[in-house]
Amino acid sequence: MSSADAIPQFNKPAGGNSEVGVTNMSALTAGPGIKSLFDFAIIALVAVVVIGGLELLLTVFAVPQYVLPKPHEIAVALVTDFPLIAPHLGHTLVELFSGFGIGALVGLVLAAVVTQFPFVEKIITPYILLLVTTPMLALVPLLILRFGFGYEPRIIAVALASGPMVMINATTGFRRVDSGKIALARSYGASTLQIFWKIRAPMALPMIFVGLMVGSIFGLLTAVGAEMVGGGFGLGNRLTSYSSMIQMPQFFAVVLILSILGILIYVLFFLLGKKFASWEA
Amino acid sequence: MTLVQSTQPKLQVNGATKVYNTNSGDLLAIDRCSIDIAPGEIVSVVGPSGSGKTTLLWAISGLHGLTSGEILLDGKPVTGPRREIGMVFQDANLLPWRTIDANINFPFEIKGEKPDRDWITTLMHRVGLEGFGARMPRELSGGMQQRVALVRALSFKPSVLLMDEPFGALDSFTREEMNHLVEEIYLDTRTTIVLITHSIEEAIFLSDRVVVMSARPGRIAHVHDVPFARPRSMEIMTTREVFDLTNTIKREIVGDQQSKAAVRRRQAVPVSAPL
Repeated sequence: MSSADAIPQFNKPAGGNSEVGVTNMSALTAGPGIKSLFDFAIIALVAVVVIGGLELLLTVFAVPQYVLPKPHEIAVALVTDFPLIAPHLGHTLVELFSGFGIGALVGLVLAAVVTQFPFVEKIITPYILLLVTTPMLALVPLLILRFGFGYEPRIIAVALASGPMVMINATTGFRRVDSGKIALARSYGASTLQIFWKIRAPMALPMIFVGLMVGSIFGLLTAVGAEMVGGGFGLGNRLTSYSSMIQMPQFFAVVLILSILGILIYVLFFLLGKKFASWEA
Repeated sequence: MTLVQSTQPKLQVNGATKVYNTNSGDLLAIDRCSIDIAPGEIVSVVGPSGSGKTTLLWAISGLHGLTSGEILLDGKPVTGPRREIGMVFQDANLLPWRTIDANINFPFEIKGEKPDRDWITTLMHRVGLEGFGARMPRELSGGMQQRVALVRALSFKPSVLLMDEPFGALDSFTREEMNHLVEEIYLDTRTTIVLITHSIEEAIFLSDRVVVMSARPGRIAHVHDVPFARPRSMEIMTTREVFDLTNTIKREIVGDQQSKAAVRRRQAVPVSAPL
Protein backbone atom coordinates (compact mmCIF):
# COMPACT_ATOMS: atom_id res chain seq x y z
CA MET A 1 0.00 0.00 0.00
CA SER A 2 1.27 3.39 -0.91
CA SER A 3 1.03 6.19 1.60
CA ALA A 4 -0.43 8.43 -1.11
CA ASP A 5 -3.70 6.57 -0.59
CA ALA A 6 -3.95 7.41 3.11
CA ILE A 7 -7.35 8.67 4.23
CA PRO A 8 -7.33 12.46 4.35
CA GLN A 9 -7.16 13.72 7.93
CA PHE A 10 -9.41 16.50 9.03
CA ASN A 11 -9.09 19.31 11.53
CA LYS A 12 -5.32 19.18 11.49
CA PRO A 13 -2.67 21.33 9.89
CA ALA A 14 -1.02 19.71 6.89
CA GLY A 15 2.04 17.74 7.87
CA GLY A 16 0.51 16.64 11.16
CA ASN A 17 2.64 16.28 14.28
CA SER A 18 1.68 19.63 15.70
CA GLU A 19 0.12 18.76 19.06
CA VAL A 20 2.03 17.88 22.16
CA GLY A 21 2.18 14.16 22.64
CA VAL A 22 4.57 11.32 23.07
CA THR A 23 4.21 10.22 19.48
CA ASN A 24 5.20 13.66 18.26
CA MET A 25 8.38 14.08 20.25
CA SER A 26 10.00 11.22 18.51
CA ALA A 27 12.71 11.12 15.92
CA LEU A 28 11.08 7.85 14.99
CA THR A 29 8.20 9.69 13.35
CA ALA A 30 10.10 12.71 12.09
CA GLY A 31 10.75 11.23 8.69
CA PRO A 32 8.71 9.09 6.36
CA GLY A 33 10.27 5.96 7.88
CA ILE A 34 12.18 3.08 6.36
CA LYS A 35 10.39 2.26 3.15
CA SER A 36 12.63 -0.11 1.25
CA LEU A 37 15.64 -2.34 1.47
CA PHE A 38 17.56 0.45 -0.22
CA ASP A 39 16.76 2.92 2.59
CA PHE A 40 17.78 0.29 5.11
CA ALA A 41 21.04 -0.35 3.25
CA ILE A 42 21.95 3.35 3.36
CA ILE A 43 21.22 3.60 7.09
CA ALA A 44 23.34 0.48 7.73
CA LEU A 45 26.14 1.82 5.52
CA VAL A 46 26.31 5.13 7.41
CA ALA A 47 26.47 3.23 10.71
CA VAL A 48 29.31 1.09 9.41
CA VAL A 49 31.19 4.15 8.17
CA VAL A 50 30.81 5.98 11.50
CA ILE A 51 31.86 3.04 13.69
CA GLY A 52 34.51 1.86 11.24
CA GLY A 53 35.83 5.43 10.87
CA LEU A 54 36.12 5.76 14.65
CA GLU A 55 38.00 2.46 14.80
CA LEU A 56 40.31 3.63 12.00
CA LEU A 57 40.95 7.07 13.55
CA LEU A 58 41.74 5.57 16.99
CA THR A 59 44.16 3.11 15.32
CA VAL A 60 45.85 5.68 13.06
CA PHE A 61 46.41 8.21 15.85
CA ALA A 62 47.33 5.40 18.27
CA VAL A 63 44.94 6.72 20.95
CA PRO A 64 45.67 4.81 24.15
CA GLN A 65 42.93 2.50 25.41
CA TYR A 66 42.63 4.35 28.74
CA VAL A 67 41.65 7.52 26.83
CA LEU A 68 39.16 5.96 24.45
CA PRO A 69 38.91 2.25 23.66
CA LYS A 70 38.29 1.10 20.08
CA PRO A 71 34.72 0.07 19.21
CA HIS A 72 35.69 -3.59 18.76
CA GLU A 73 37.30 -3.69 22.21
CA ILE A 74 34.09 -2.34 23.72
CA ALA A 75 32.10 -4.99 21.83
CA VAL A 76 34.41 -7.75 23.04
CA ALA A 77 34.20 -6.47 26.64
CA LEU A 78 30.43 -6.32 26.39
CA VAL A 79 30.22 -9.96 25.34
CA THR A 80 32.91 -11.49 27.58
CA ASP A 81 32.15 -9.45 30.72
CA PHE A 82 28.39 -9.48 30.35
CA PRO A 83 27.92 -12.31 32.89
CA LEU A 84 29.78 -10.13 35.40
CA ILE A 85 27.76 -7.01 34.57
CA ALA A 86 24.35 -8.72 34.30
CA PRO A 87 23.61 -8.95 38.09
CA HIS A 88 24.36 -5.23 38.40
CA LEU A 89 21.98 -4.52 35.52
CA GLY A 90 19.39 -6.50 37.49
CA HIS A 91 19.95 -4.36 40.61
CA THR A 92 19.61 -1.13 38.61
CA LEU A 93 16.39 -2.42 37.04
CA VAL A 94 14.95 -3.30 40.47
CA GLU A 95 15.69 0.22 41.73
CA LEU A 96 14.34 1.82 38.56
CA PHE A 97 11.13 -0.21 38.40
CA SER A 98 10.22 0.04 42.07
CA GLY A 99 11.22 3.70 42.39
CA PHE A 100 9.55 4.74 39.16
CA GLY A 101 6.50 2.61 39.91
CA ILE A 102 5.97 4.26 43.30
CA GLY A 103 6.77 7.74 41.96
CA ALA A 104 4.52 7.44 38.92
CA LEU A 105 1.63 6.06 40.95
CA VAL A 106 1.82 8.79 43.58
CA GLY A 107 2.33 11.38 40.83
CA LEU A 108 -0.77 10.25 38.92
CA VAL A 109 -2.94 10.15 42.03
CA LEU A 110 -1.75 13.61 43.09
CA ALA A 111 -2.39 14.96 39.60
CA ALA A 112 -5.94 13.60 39.69
CA VAL A 113 -6.57 15.04 43.17
CA VAL A 114 -5.15 18.42 42.21
CA THR A 115 -7.38 18.54 39.13
CA GLN A 116 -10.51 17.84 41.17
CA PHE A 117 -9.64 20.10 44.09
CA PRO A 118 -7.85 23.23 42.84
CA PHE A 119 -7.28 24.38 46.44
CA VAL A 120 -5.06 21.36 47.12
CA GLU A 121 -2.90 22.49 44.22
CA LYS A 122 -2.25 25.88 45.83
CA ILE A 123 -1.01 24.07 48.93
CA ILE A 124 1.29 21.52 47.34
CA THR A 125 2.59 23.37 44.27
CA PRO A 126 5.59 24.97 46.04
CA TYR A 127 6.75 21.55 47.26
CA ILE A 128 6.31 19.94 43.87
CA LEU A 129 8.29 22.76 42.27
CA LEU A 130 10.99 22.23 44.87
CA LEU A 131 11.09 18.51 44.05
CA VAL A 132 11.26 19.18 40.32
CA THR A 133 14.02 21.78 40.48
CA THR A 134 16.23 20.17 43.14
CA PRO A 135 18.39 17.34 41.84
CA MET A 136 17.32 14.40 43.98
CA LEU A 137 20.89 13.10 43.87
CA ALA A 138 21.67 15.78 46.44
CA LEU A 139 19.60 13.85 48.97
CA VAL A 140 21.31 10.51 48.40
CA PRO A 141 24.18 10.98 50.93
CA LEU A 142 21.59 11.88 53.56
CA LEU A 143 19.39 8.92 52.62
CA ILE A 144 22.39 6.60 52.83
CA LEU A 145 23.08 7.85 56.38
CA ARG A 146 19.55 6.95 57.34
CA PHE A 147 18.93 3.78 55.31
CA GLY A 148 22.38 2.35 54.67
CA PHE A 149 23.87 1.05 51.43
CA GLY A 150 20.93 -1.08 50.27
CA TYR A 151 18.16 -0.52 47.79
CA GLU A 152 16.17 1.90 49.96
CA PRO A 153 17.98 5.21 49.42
CA ARG A 154 18.15 4.58 45.70
CA ILE A 155 14.49 3.65 45.33
CA ILE A 156 13.47 6.73 47.35
CA ALA A 157 15.66 8.97 45.20
CA VAL A 158 14.29 7.49 41.97
CA ALA A 159 10.69 7.92 43.19
CA LEU A 160 11.35 11.52 44.22
CA ALA A 161 12.95 12.28 40.87
CA SER A 162 10.38 10.64 38.61
CA GLY A 163 7.12 11.25 40.54
CA PRO A 164 6.96 15.05 40.17
CA MET A 165 7.74 14.76 36.44
CA VAL A 166 4.81 12.40 36.00
CA MET A 167 2.65 14.62 38.15
CA ILE A 168 3.20 17.95 36.39
CA ASN A 169 2.73 16.43 32.95
CA ALA A 170 -0.38 14.50 34.00
CA THR A 171 -1.83 17.64 35.62
CA THR A 172 -1.27 19.55 32.38
CA GLY A 173 -3.05 16.71 30.61
CA PHE A 174 -6.03 16.66 32.98
CA ARG A 175 -6.26 20.43 32.63
CA ARG A 176 -6.65 20.33 28.89
CA VAL A 177 -10.35 20.69 29.42
CA ASP A 178 -12.50 20.82 26.40
CA SER A 179 -15.56 22.43 27.91
CA GLY A 180 -17.68 21.22 24.99
CA LYS A 181 -16.84 17.59 25.72
CA ILE A 182 -17.52 18.02 29.41
CA ALA A 183 -20.85 19.69 28.57
CA LEU A 184 -21.62 16.74 26.32
CA ALA A 185 -21.05 14.30 29.17
CA ARG A 186 -23.02 16.47 31.59
CA SER A 187 -25.94 16.72 29.17
CA TYR A 188 -26.34 12.97 29.66
CA GLY A 189 -26.16 13.40 33.41
CA ALA A 190 -22.56 12.22 33.88
CA SER A 191 -21.16 12.36 37.43
CA THR A 192 -17.87 14.05 38.27
CA LEU A 193 -16.25 10.64 38.45
CA GLN A 194 -17.63 9.62 35.04
CA ILE A 195 -16.40 12.89 33.54
CA PHE A 196 -12.97 12.16 34.99
CA TRP A 197 -12.71 8.60 33.65
CA LYS A 198 -14.48 9.03 30.34
CA ILE A 199 -13.40 12.54 29.31
CA ARG A 200 -10.48 13.91 31.33
CA ALA A 201 -8.41 10.73 31.57
CA PRO A 202 -8.54 9.82 27.86
CA MET A 203 -7.84 13.43 26.92
CA ALA A 204 -4.88 13.49 29.31
CA LEU A 205 -3.42 10.20 28.10
CA PRO A 206 -0.98 11.67 25.56
CA MET A 207 0.44 14.04 28.19
CA ILE A 208 0.54 11.23 30.77
CA PHE A 209 2.72 9.20 28.43
CA VAL A 210 5.04 12.19 27.99
CA GLY A 211 5.25 12.40 31.79
CA LEU A 212 5.96 8.69 32.16
CA MET A 213 8.67 8.87 29.52
CA VAL A 214 10.42 11.93 30.99
CA GLY A 215 9.94 10.57 34.52
CA SER A 216 11.44 7.18 33.72
CA ILE A 217 14.50 8.74 32.06
CA PHE A 218 14.94 11.00 35.12
CA GLY A 219 14.57 7.88 37.24
CA LEU A 220 17.31 6.05 35.33
CA LEU A 221 19.57 9.07 35.69
CA THR A 222 18.98 9.24 39.42
CA ALA A 223 19.36 5.48 39.93
CA VAL A 224 22.77 5.42 38.25
CA GLY A 225 23.85 8.59 40.06
CA ALA A 226 22.78 7.18 43.43
CA GLU A 227 24.72 3.99 42.72
CA MET A 228 27.84 6.06 42.09
CA VAL A 229 27.52 7.77 45.47
CA GLY A 230 27.65 4.62 47.53
CA GLY A 231 26.90 0.93 47.83
CA GLY A 232 28.62 -2.02 46.21
CA PHE A 233 26.24 -2.88 43.39
CA GLY A 234 24.41 -1.48 40.38
CA LEU A 235 25.55 -0.20 37.00
CA GLY A 236 26.56 3.18 38.45
CA ASN A 237 28.79 1.38 40.91
CA ARG A 238 30.36 -0.55 38.00
CA LEU A 239 31.12 2.73 36.25
CA THR A 240 33.08 4.12 39.20
CA SER A 241 34.75 0.80 39.81
CA TYR A 242 35.81 0.17 36.18
CA SER A 243 37.08 3.73 35.76
CA SER A 244 39.10 3.53 38.97
CA MET A 245 40.70 0.36 37.63
CA ILE A 246 41.12 1.96 34.21
CA GLN A 247 39.20 -0.89 32.56
CA MET A 248 37.93 1.38 29.82
CA PRO A 249 36.40 -1.23 27.45
CA GLN A 250 34.30 -2.54 30.35
CA PHE A 251 33.46 1.02 31.37
CA PHE A 252 32.14 1.81 27.91
CA ALA A 253 30.33 -1.52 27.75
CA VAL A 254 28.35 -0.38 30.82
CA VAL A 255 27.73 3.02 29.22
CA LEU A 256 26.45 1.19 26.15
CA ILE A 257 24.10 -0.92 28.28
CA LEU A 258 22.75 2.27 29.89
CA SER A 259 22.18 3.82 26.47
CA ILE A 260 20.31 0.75 25.28
CA LEU A 261 18.25 0.74 28.49
CA GLY A 262 17.33 4.39 27.95
CA ILE A 263 16.37 3.76 24.34
CA LEU A 264 14.27 0.74 25.32
CA ILE A 265 12.36 2.80 27.88
CA TYR A 266 11.83 5.50 25.29
CA VAL A 267 10.61 3.03 22.66
CA LEU A 268 8.34 1.31 25.21
CA PHE A 269 6.50 4.53 26.01
CA PHE A 270 6.54 5.54 22.38
CA LEU A 271 4.76 2.32 21.43
CA LEU A 272 2.35 2.56 24.38
CA GLY A 273 1.57 6.13 23.38
CA LYS A 274 1.03 5.07 19.82
CA LYS A 275 -1.32 2.31 20.88
CA PHE A 276 -3.40 4.29 23.37
CA ALA A 277 -3.10 7.90 22.23
CA SER A 278 -2.74 7.67 18.48
CA TRP A 279 -6.05 9.47 17.96
CA GLU A 280 -4.24 12.72 18.51
CA ALA A 281 -1.13 12.27 16.41
CA MET B 1 -55.61 28.75 11.32
CA THR B 2 -56.63 25.13 11.50
CA LEU B 3 -53.71 24.25 13.71
CA VAL B 4 -54.83 22.02 16.56
CA GLN B 5 -54.03 23.88 19.73
CA SER B 6 -52.34 21.57 22.18
CA THR B 7 -53.41 22.15 25.75
CA GLN B 8 -49.83 22.52 26.90
CA PRO B 9 -46.70 23.89 25.27
CA LYS B 10 -43.77 21.46 25.01
CA LEU B 11 -41.36 24.04 26.33
CA GLN B 12 -42.06 27.18 28.31
CA VAL B 13 -39.40 29.78 28.91
CA ASN B 14 -40.71 32.16 31.56
CA GLY B 15 -38.74 35.33 32.25
CA ALA B 16 -35.40 33.59 31.84
CA THR B 17 -32.62 35.80 33.22
CA LYS B 18 -28.99 34.83 33.67
CA VAL B 19 -26.21 36.87 35.23
CA TYR B 20 -22.61 35.66 34.98
CA ASN B 21 -20.25 36.73 37.74
CA THR B 22 -17.04 37.54 35.90
CA ASN B 23 -13.79 39.07 37.09
CA SER B 24 -14.80 42.37 35.54
CA GLY B 25 -18.16 42.43 37.29
CA ASP B 26 -21.59 41.00 36.69
CA LEU B 27 -22.64 40.33 33.14
CA LEU B 28 -26.31 40.20 32.29
CA ALA B 29 -26.34 37.60 29.50
CA ILE B 30 -30.08 37.15 28.98
CA ASP B 31 -32.80 39.34 30.37
CA ARG B 32 -36.42 38.26 30.95
CA CYS B 33 -36.74 36.02 27.90
CA SER B 34 -40.14 34.37 27.55
CA ILE B 35 -41.43 32.10 24.83
CA ASP B 36 -43.74 29.08 24.59
CA ILE B 37 -42.82 26.37 22.12
CA ALA B 38 -45.52 23.97 20.95
CA PRO B 39 -44.96 20.22 20.59
CA GLY B 40 -43.48 19.44 17.17
CA GLU B 41 -42.53 23.03 16.51
CA ILE B 42 -39.18 24.11 15.08
CA VAL B 43 -37.97 27.42 16.52
CA SER B 44 -34.74 29.11 15.46
CA VAL B 45 -32.90 31.70 17.49
CA VAL B 46 -30.79 34.24 15.62
CA GLY B 47 -29.02 37.31 16.89
CA PRO B 48 -25.66 39.07 17.02
CA SER B 49 -22.74 37.43 18.85
CA GLY B 50 -23.05 37.93 22.56
CA SER B 51 -26.83 38.03 22.52
CA GLY B 52 -27.00 35.10 24.91
CA LYS B 53 -28.30 32.52 22.43
CA THR B 54 -26.12 29.73 23.79
CA THR B 55 -26.86 30.83 27.37
CA LEU B 56 -30.57 30.46 26.66
CA LEU B 57 -30.11 27.06 25.02
CA TRP B 58 -27.94 25.77 27.88
CA ALA B 59 -30.59 26.89 30.34
CA ILE B 60 -33.26 25.01 28.38
CA SER B 61 -31.03 21.90 28.33
CA GLY B 62 -30.52 22.09 32.07
CA LEU B 63 -26.74 22.38 31.69
CA HIS B 64 -26.83 25.52 33.79
CA GLY B 65 -29.40 27.23 35.94
CA LEU B 66 -31.00 30.64 35.68
CA THR B 67 -30.57 33.64 37.95
CA SER B 68 -34.31 34.12 37.79
CA GLY B 69 -37.18 32.79 35.75
CA GLU B 70 -37.87 29.17 34.88
CA ILE B 71 -37.89 26.62 32.09
CA LEU B 72 -40.76 24.14 31.94
CA LEU B 73 -40.67 20.95 29.91
CA ASP B 74 -44.14 19.41 29.61
CA GLY B 75 -45.13 21.68 32.46
CA LYS B 76 -42.39 20.46 34.81
CA PRO B 77 -39.42 22.66 35.75
CA VAL B 78 -36.05 21.74 34.19
CA THR B 79 -33.46 21.65 36.97
CA GLY B 80 -30.80 19.48 35.33
CA PRO B 81 -30.08 17.48 32.18
CA ARG B 82 -33.14 15.49 31.09
CA ARG B 83 -33.25 12.41 28.88
CA GLU B 84 -36.16 13.86 26.88
CA ILE B 85 -33.72 16.49 25.63
CA GLY B 86 -31.11 15.67 22.98
CA MET B 87 -28.34 18.12 22.24
CA VAL B 88 -26.20 18.79 19.18
CA PHE B 89 -23.19 20.96 19.87
CA GLN B 90 -21.00 23.21 17.76
CA ASP B 91 -18.33 21.35 15.73
CA ALA B 92 -19.89 17.88 16.15
CA ASN B 93 -18.08 17.49 19.50
CA LEU B 94 -17.19 13.82 18.95
CA LEU B 95 -14.70 12.15 21.27
CA PRO B 96 -11.64 11.70 19.04
CA TRP B 97 -10.33 8.62 20.88
CA ARG B 98 -13.51 6.64 20.27
CA THR B 99 -14.76 5.00 17.11
CA ILE B 100 -18.03 6.22 15.62
CA ASP B 101 -19.91 3.32 17.23
CA ALA B 102 -18.30 4.01 20.60
CA ASN B 103 -19.16 7.69 20.27
CA ILE B 104 -22.80 6.84 19.71
CA ASN B 105 -22.72 4.41 22.65
CA PHE B 106 -21.25 7.08 24.91
CA PRO B 107 -24.58 8.41 26.28
CA PHE B 108 -25.71 4.86 27.05
CA GLU B 109 -22.44 4.16 28.86
CA ILE B 110 -22.96 7.26 31.01
CA LYS B 111 -26.47 6.14 31.88
CA GLY B 112 -25.46 2.48 32.28
CA GLU B 113 -27.99 1.28 29.74
CA LYS B 114 -27.90 -1.04 26.77
CA PRO B 115 -27.93 0.88 23.48
CA ASP B 116 -31.05 0.50 21.35
CA ARG B 117 -29.25 -1.23 18.43
CA ASP B 118 -32.21 -1.31 16.01
CA TRP B 119 -32.99 2.35 16.42
CA ILE B 120 -29.32 3.34 16.04
CA THR B 121 -29.00 1.21 12.90
CA THR B 122 -32.11 2.91 11.51
CA LEU B 123 -30.66 6.34 12.29
CA MET B 124 -27.24 5.50 10.82
CA HIS B 125 -28.98 4.36 7.67
CA ARG B 126 -31.12 7.51 7.64
CA VAL B 127 -28.09 9.81 7.73
CA GLY B 128 -26.19 7.63 5.23
CA LEU B 129 -23.47 6.45 7.60
CA GLU B 130 -24.05 2.68 7.62
CA GLY B 131 -20.72 0.86 7.55
CA PHE B 132 -18.79 3.74 9.17
CA GLY B 133 -19.17 2.47 12.74
CA ALA B 134 -15.60 1.24 13.11
CA ARG B 135 -14.01 4.44 11.77
CA MET B 136 -12.38 7.10 13.91
CA PRO B 137 -13.88 10.61 13.86
CA ARG B 138 -10.79 12.09 12.20
CA GLU B 139 -11.39 9.86 9.18
CA LEU B 140 -14.76 11.52 8.56
CA SER B 141 -15.47 14.87 6.91
CA GLY B 142 -17.05 17.71 8.89
CA GLY B 143 -20.51 16.99 7.51
CA MET B 144 -20.24 13.29 8.33
CA GLN B 145 -19.06 14.08 11.86
CA GLN B 146 -22.05 16.34 12.39
CA ARG B 147 -24.34 13.53 11.19
CA VAL B 148 -22.81 11.24 13.81
CA ALA B 149 -23.54 13.93 16.39
CA LEU B 150 -27.12 14.03 15.17
CA VAL B 151 -27.44 10.25 15.54
CA ARG B 152 -25.94 10.46 19.02
CA ALA B 153 -28.42 13.18 20.03
CA LEU B 154 -31.37 11.22 18.65
CA SER B 155 -30.27 7.85 20.06
CA PHE B 156 -32.49 8.28 23.14
CA LYS B 157 -35.52 9.23 21.05
CA PRO B 158 -35.69 12.65 22.73
CA SER B 159 -38.88 14.66 22.40
CA VAL B 160 -36.86 17.89 22.25
CA LEU B 161 -33.74 18.43 20.13
CA LEU B 162 -31.55 21.42 20.97
CA MET B 163 -29.01 22.45 18.34
CA ASP B 164 -26.30 25.00 19.10
CA GLU B 165 -24.96 26.40 15.82
CA PRO B 166 -24.60 22.84 14.57
CA PHE B 167 -23.62 23.54 10.97
CA GLY B 168 -21.63 26.75 11.42
CA ALA B 169 -18.34 25.13 10.47
CA LEU B 170 -19.66 23.47 7.31
CA ASP B 171 -19.49 24.75 3.74
CA SER B 172 -22.74 26.07 2.31
CA PHE B 173 -23.50 22.98 0.17
CA THR B 174 -22.99 20.58 3.06
CA ARG B 175 -25.02 22.93 5.20
CA GLU B 176 -27.96 22.84 2.78
CA GLU B 177 -27.72 19.05 2.69
CA MET B 178 -27.78 18.93 6.48
CA ASN B 179 -30.79 21.25 6.58
CA HIS B 180 -32.70 18.87 4.34
CA LEU B 181 -31.60 15.96 6.50
CA VAL B 182 -32.84 17.70 9.66
CA GLU B 183 -36.20 18.36 8.03
CA GLU B 184 -36.48 14.73 6.87
CA ILE B 185 -35.74 13.47 10.35
CA TYR B 186 -38.16 16.01 11.76
CA LEU B 187 -40.93 14.79 9.46
CA ASP B 188 -40.25 11.22 10.65
CA THR B 189 -40.09 11.97 14.35
CA ARG B 190 -41.91 15.29 14.86
CA THR B 191 -39.36 16.15 17.49
CA THR B 192 -39.61 19.67 18.90
CA ILE B 193 -36.46 21.49 17.76
CA VAL B 194 -34.76 24.63 19.06
CA LEU B 195 -31.99 25.69 16.70
CA ILE B 196 -29.41 28.39 17.28
CA THR B 197 -27.81 29.62 14.11
CA HIS B 198 -25.91 32.48 12.51
CA SER B 199 -27.51 31.80 9.17
CA ILE B 200 -30.81 33.61 8.62
CA GLU B 201 -31.43 31.43 5.55
CA GLU B 202 -31.03 28.26 7.60
CA ALA B 203 -33.33 29.65 10.28
CA ILE B 204 -36.04 30.51 7.76
CA PHE B 205 -35.74 27.28 5.81
CA LEU B 206 -36.06 25.06 8.85
CA SER B 207 -38.31 26.84 11.31
CA ASP B 208 -41.92 27.53 12.03
CA ARG B 209 -40.83 30.60 13.98
CA VAL B 210 -37.65 32.66 14.01
CA VAL B 211 -36.73 34.42 17.24
CA VAL B 212 -34.46 37.45 16.91
CA MET B 213 -32.45 38.33 20.00
CA SER B 214 -30.83 41.67 20.77
CA ALA B 215 -27.24 42.02 21.92
CA ARG B 216 -26.14 42.33 25.55
CA PRO B 217 -28.34 42.01 27.43
CA GLY B 218 -29.95 39.28 25.36
CA ARG B 219 -33.64 39.95 25.02
CA ILE B 220 -36.17 38.47 22.66
CA ALA B 221 -36.60 41.42 20.29
CA HIS B 222 -38.79 39.97 17.55
CA VAL B 223 -40.55 36.74 16.65
CA HIS B 224 -41.41 35.95 13.03
CA ASP B 225 -43.72 33.23 11.68
CA VAL B 226 -42.50 31.27 8.67
CA PRO B 227 -45.71 29.97 7.09
CA PHE B 228 -44.51 27.43 4.52
CA ALA B 229 -45.81 23.89 4.20
CA ARG B 230 -43.45 20.96 4.71
CA PRO B 231 -41.55 19.32 3.19
CA ARG B 232 -39.98 22.53 2.02
CA SER B 233 -37.76 22.78 -1.01
CA MET B 234 -34.94 25.22 -1.57
CA GLU B 235 -37.29 26.89 -4.08
CA ILE B 236 -39.02 28.75 -1.27
CA MET B 237 -35.76 30.52 -0.55
CA THR B 238 -36.10 32.50 -3.79
CA THR B 239 -39.64 33.75 -3.09
CA ARG B 240 -40.46 37.38 -2.41
CA GLU B 241 -41.76 36.53 1.05
CA VAL B 242 -38.53 34.90 2.16
CA PHE B 243 -36.49 37.68 0.59
CA ASP B 244 -38.42 40.31 2.56
CA LEU B 245 -38.29 38.31 5.78
CA THR B 246 -34.53 37.78 5.41
CA ASN B 247 -34.00 41.49 4.96
CA THR B 248 -36.24 42.38 7.88
CA ILE B 249 -34.33 40.05 10.20
CA LYS B 250 -30.99 41.27 8.88
CA ARG B 251 -32.04 44.87 9.56
CA GLU B 252 -33.18 43.97 13.04
CA ILE B 253 -29.87 42.34 13.88
CA VAL B 254 -27.61 44.91 12.22
CA GLY B 255 -29.72 47.83 13.44
CA ASP B 256 -29.48 46.59 16.98
CA GLN B 257 -25.72 46.23 16.75
CA GLN B 258 -25.30 49.68 15.19
CA SER B 259 -27.49 51.51 17.66
CA LYS B 260 -25.70 49.87 20.59
CA ALA B 261 -22.31 50.69 19.04
CA ALA B 262 -23.44 54.30 18.62
CA VAL B 263 -24.41 54.49 22.28
CA ARG B 264 -21.00 53.12 23.23
CA ARG B 265 -19.28 55.70 21.01
CA ARG B 266 -21.27 58.56 22.50
CA GLN B 267 -20.44 57.41 25.98
CA ALA B 268 -16.78 56.93 25.13
CA VAL B 269 -16.14 60.37 23.63
CA PRO B 270 -16.09 62.57 26.74
CA VAL B 271 -13.78 60.16 28.56
CA SER B 272 -11.19 59.65 25.84
CA ALA B 273 -11.32 63.03 24.04
CA PRO B 274 -8.07 64.95 24.49
CA LEU B 275 -8.42 68.50 25.83
